[in-house]
Amino acid sequence: MNKPIAQFINVGERTNVAGSAKFKKLIFEENYEEAISVARHQVEGGAQIIDINMDDAMLDAEAAMEKFLKLIASEPDIARVPIMIDSSKWTVIEAGLKCVQGKAVVNSISLKEGEESFVSQAKQIMRYGAAVVVMAFDENGQADSIERKFEICKRSYDVLVNKVGFPPEDIIFDPNIFAVATGIEEHDNYGVDFIEATRLIKTHLPHAKVSGGVSNISFSFRGNNPVREAMHSVFLYHAIKAGMDMGIVNAGQLTVYSDIPAELKERVEDVILNRRADATERLLDIAEEFKGQGGKKRVEDLSWREKPVEKRIEHALVKGIADYIVADTEEVRQKFDRPIQVIEGPLMDGMNTVGDLFGSGQMFLPQVVKSARVMKQSVAYLQPYIEAEKEEGSRAKGKIIMATVKGDVHDIGKNIVGVVLQCNNYEVIDLGVMVPWADILKAANDHGADIIGLSGLITPSLDEMVTVAAEMERKGMAMPLLIGGATTSRVHTAVKIAPNYSGPAIHVLDASRAVGVASTLMSDEMKTGYVTGIKTEYDDIREKRLAKPKSDRLVSIETARENAANVDFIDHTPSEPLFTGTKVFDDYPLEKLVERIDWTPFFRTWELAGKYPQILDDDVVGESARSLFKDAQAMLKQIVDEKWLTAKGVIGFWPAARDGDDIILFGESGGDNIKGTIHCLRQQIEKRAGRTNDCLADFVSPVDGKPDWMGGFVVTAGHGIDEHVARFKAAHDDYNEIMIKALADRLAEAFAEHMHERVRKEFWGYATDEALDNEELIKERYKGIRPAPGYPACPDHSEKPALFDLLNAQENTGVELTESFAMTPTAAVSGYYFSHPEAKYFGVGKVNKDQVEDYAKRRGVSIEQAEKWLSPNLGY
Amino acid sequence: MTLAQEKLEELAAERILIIDGAMGTMIQKEGLEEADYRGERFADWPSDLKGNNDLLVITKPDIIGKIHGEFLAAGADIIETDTFNATRISMADYDMQEYAREINVAGAALARRVADEWTLKTPEKPRFVAGSIGPMNQSLSVSPDVNNPGYRSVSFDEVKEAYKEQIDGLIEGGVDIILIETVFDTLNAKAAIFATEEVFDEIGRRLPVMMSCTITDMSGRNLSGQTIEAFWHSIRHVKPFSVGLNCAFGADLLRSHAVTIAGIADTHVCVFPNAGLPNEMGEYDETPETMAGHLKGWADEGLLNIVGGCCGTTPDHIREITEQVKSVSPRKIPTLEPMMKLSGIDPVQIASLEPIETRLAPAE
Repeated sequence: MNKPIAQFINVGERTNVAGSAKFKKLIFEENYEEAISVARHQVEGGAQIIDINMDDAMLDAEAAMEKFLKLIASEPDIARVPIMIDSSKWTVIEAGLKCVQGKAVVNSISLKEGEESFVSQAKQIMRYGAAVVVMAFDENGQADSIERKFEICKRSYDVLVNKVGFPPEDIIFDPNIFAVATGIEEHDNYGVDFIEATRLIKTHLPHAKVSGGVSNISFSFRGNNPVREAMHSVFLYHAIKAGMDMGIVNAGQLTVYSDIPAELKERVEDVILNRRADATERLLDIAEEFKGQGGKKRVEDLSWREKPVEKRIEHALVKGIADYIVADTEEVRQKFDRPIQVIEGPLMDGMNTVGDLFGSGQMFLPQVVKSARVMKQSVAYLQPYIEAEKEEGSRAKGKIIMATVKGDVHDIGKNIVGVVLQCNNYEVIDLGVMVPWADILKAANDHGADIIGLSGLITPSLDEMVTVAAEMERKGMAMPLLIGGATTSRVHTAVKIAPNYSGPAIHVLDASRAVGVASTLMSDEMKTGYVTGIKTEYDDIREKRLAKPKSDRLVSIETARENAANVDFIDHTPSEPLFTGTKVFDDYPLEKLVERIDWTPFFRTWELAGKYPQILDDDVVGESARSLFKDAQAMLKQIVDEKWLTAKGVIGFWPAARDGDDIILFGESGGDNIKGTIHCLRQQIEKRAGRTNDCLADFVSPVDGKPDWMGGFVVTAGHGIDEHVARFKAAHDDYNEIMIKALADRLAEAFAEHMHERVRKEFWGYATDEALDNEELIKERYKGIRPAPGYPACPDHSEKPALFDLLNAQENTGVELTESFAMTPTAAVSGYYFSHPEAKYFGVGKVNKDQVEDYAKRRGVSIEQAEKWLSPNLGY
Repeated sequence: MTLAQEKLEELAAERILIIDGAMGTMIQKEGLEEADYRGERFADWPSDLKGNNDLLVITKPDIIGKIHGEFLAAGADIIETDTFNATRISMADYDMQEYAREINVAGAALARRVADEWTLKTPEKPRFVAGSIGPMNQSLSVSPDVNNPGYRSVSFDEVKEAYKEQIDGLIEGGVDIILIETVFDTLNAKAAIFATEEVFDEIGRRLPVMMSCTITDMSGRNLSGQTIEAFWHSIRHVKPFSVGLNCAFGADLLRSHAVTIAGIADTHVCVFPNAGLPNEMGEYDETPETMAGHLKGWADEGLLNIVGGCCGTTPDHIREITEQVKSVSPRKIPTLEPMMKLSGIDPVQIASLEPIETRLAPAE
């Protein structure tokens, strides 16, 4: 291995409550996020080790050290450098050593308390696997003269190396840097004392190193940074020549020795090296003149701007930098005869690079969407020139119609697929959301589309997709039909959609697959083979599906009911909520929701796989995730500060009683005043002994039992979003358009989670003493549940209108339901509240015909209607 | 040093030593059912026990003993005890915290017995038992809470105590070596080292310690983010008998990291890769010939002191590896100049600055 070149090591000093007022303030205010950025700046500024010190009389230094070290452990751009754990208290040092995986440095131990504790601490440090700073300090005090400094260091070295077995290369001596130019004559030689002691240590104690706190030297010039910096540079210049290996310095605040003005340098040097008796006065004489100079600003790396314009455009596309794209587009436009050549040339070349990087897994979705934003802005700039020449647009690889089907309003996934396809030179005609089949077919016809792509998130959309396929068939269309969205699947496409359409119907798992599928379908050579392959595969799935006797593992609804959970209402007495009826929250403070955000699904939206916060450190997608997260935080701040979105909600509680698998809700007065009925479904899968066939109704006290209650809620964080979406659309900014939608969704989920907590602790108040941390909340360790209609425990979306009526939700929150029971704004969550401690989430799974018939009767609808609603759950 | 330790040092200087193959995937092949795992003793245990492979040293010792025997027959010099997860923290998955110590004692004694039988059979090739200490199911460096990166589900002291109990049990059962392996999280490994040193202090003797890191992704870092070099800096204070890599990848993808560690470690290098990467069915299918072919190449390059296999490797793999490397000389351990070696998630080496000037001019 290469031997490293010996060089002076900067130890960052700003993460020190004793040395930095700013850091101290942040730690006292528990603003760890900012405190972490102080550490980050140190590393970015060139610190090769960071010193962390929490010693303050008013601070629980052990706790603060532990917390800070654990937090920076998950920041790879900080955690890459070794940590120096700095404290005068052994307990704080030991707490710190228990938090670092790397080989750290302890700062410091000494012979101050005698040899015994020195030896025992050194042994512990070895066992934790750390290096150590040893102060020149013994039972008689801190060493000031050259002789005392060396003598104490020599004694410490002998004890460590010979008695403890400490590796000499892991010992760093700190022979004490004291302030000079204090006006006290005895202090004048302190600089020389340190430098000469260093020389002795480095000459006589093999492999040991020397370090020191450099800023001490200039303490008497507090408030005059230019002079202080000059003093540090001069001091280091000489100390390094004497063998000083490292120093605790603010790396961002060092002047280059040779850049120090000659006059200042001479007088500083006189002081540091104690060259004349009047050195201090002479430095003071000129110090004021230099005050207020210096202070350089760091600038962003703009070297790429020096390259030829084509390369600049490629760089802007790959990096997603929109700042210069219009100017660059204009410059390159003048180089070509026709504006269209700019698109066909440099822009497409750049996007091909992006496409290649994405295809090979070197770029990730958020970056690609940013690239697309740059491209769209460039194209938008060129458009008037192209139109002026009446040119035909450049030939796209193919035309694709995209739509979210009727009854559904979710479009984040569809938009992402659209952007990715556009990046790959497909023309995408996006029909938006809630598009009836007739409009889809008409658009496909009018535009001469090559492919239709359908998207949907809620289960009723699956049926609507079948309808679109059947209508395409009726019209005699043959173009490929692509199916995507959260509830869609290969199996559903194969079993339900493909049989209705003789053209290719293909399920596309996610945006990253869309380009591959589209380009295969557009290729004359590959299309036939691919389509035949898919058809065989889907036929196979279908056959297996049909061959499987389906209802054999389902028990009759009577048997299932007999095997219901024996939910305890003997020992358990339900709590009464604070109120019955509804409570409306108009304009709920967004800042209360931010901290409740569960970020993992946010990254999933952008097709970055992994759990937050680990994803930020992921070796593959970490960089992309961090950049995305930073943008998300910035927008989130604007959303809150500038009130881009308005959160509204309503909750309600009603006296409730179980009647079979239904729950009857009564009016405020109780008694026979029936407000509504919630119809629940029961698991019919045959369970092994000891497992029950669950149904939400089981968690409510029966009609002849104890009094009980049930709740419901609708919350949204989506009001006001349209204006911003329109703004981003107009700016061809897909990235921010997708971003705001994804964030609004997260805020709505956070709202539901936050409100549920308030319900448990406050409004229903059955868990007033609940004290759960965030992890336990996310793992749903709390008592009671909040299942949503349309999701596994109550899979029928058509129960939503009843819930909305009970809560008068449309009026109270402005959330509306589409004909397929999707909510608008889409950033909304609705559901029921159950308080029983045994209440749990489960999936109803497949149901049999007997339950569907019974359910239809209870709902007062035809069996066909019930089957349509429950189609994803039909087990026959 | 005990006799066994001296013998181990001596053999390691003479030839490449062979460590055994995978326990987990061998157990899988036995097709054991819930009842097998429970045995009579735990027939009424309230939770599922299937998958608790370490418990088998108590409930199915014949099967574990058989697997040990097969690896020894194939040529292994060192076998690993079936105690990878046997800490009270990991055993909590099965509510079996209280059995952690017993499993370690039993697992070590079982391996000891089988190894001793083979040493009797082939006295020219003495066999050694390494007490396997896995990474544990909780991490000291990574927060399990998505919203709270500063949170940890366990403390250093809890991890250290759990490892201490395990190591104590392993030594009581008679292991020759402490093997801290499959290190995902270097801080967990450091707690294990701390525990090891405490146990050594208490019993008044040291055992050789083997350290083995697991690189979990293609960029060459373990789960807690360290490179193999940073890992080496973090753990070399235990003065290990060997350092190296196991699991995660097959030999081909591990090679560059093996080259790195072989270049910087002033101790033995031990590598036991998987039998390739798992296929779509989750099975490891690299053949003994392919794998041994790779490892033979490494041995020829002088990268290896100890070699064997991890997930998916069978006695056939070990037999083939033994055959291939038997005539190759072991890697020579380099002597390195002392140098400060620190690390964050990246390694840092700090060379000493030499004093280059004589004394400053004295004051006027």
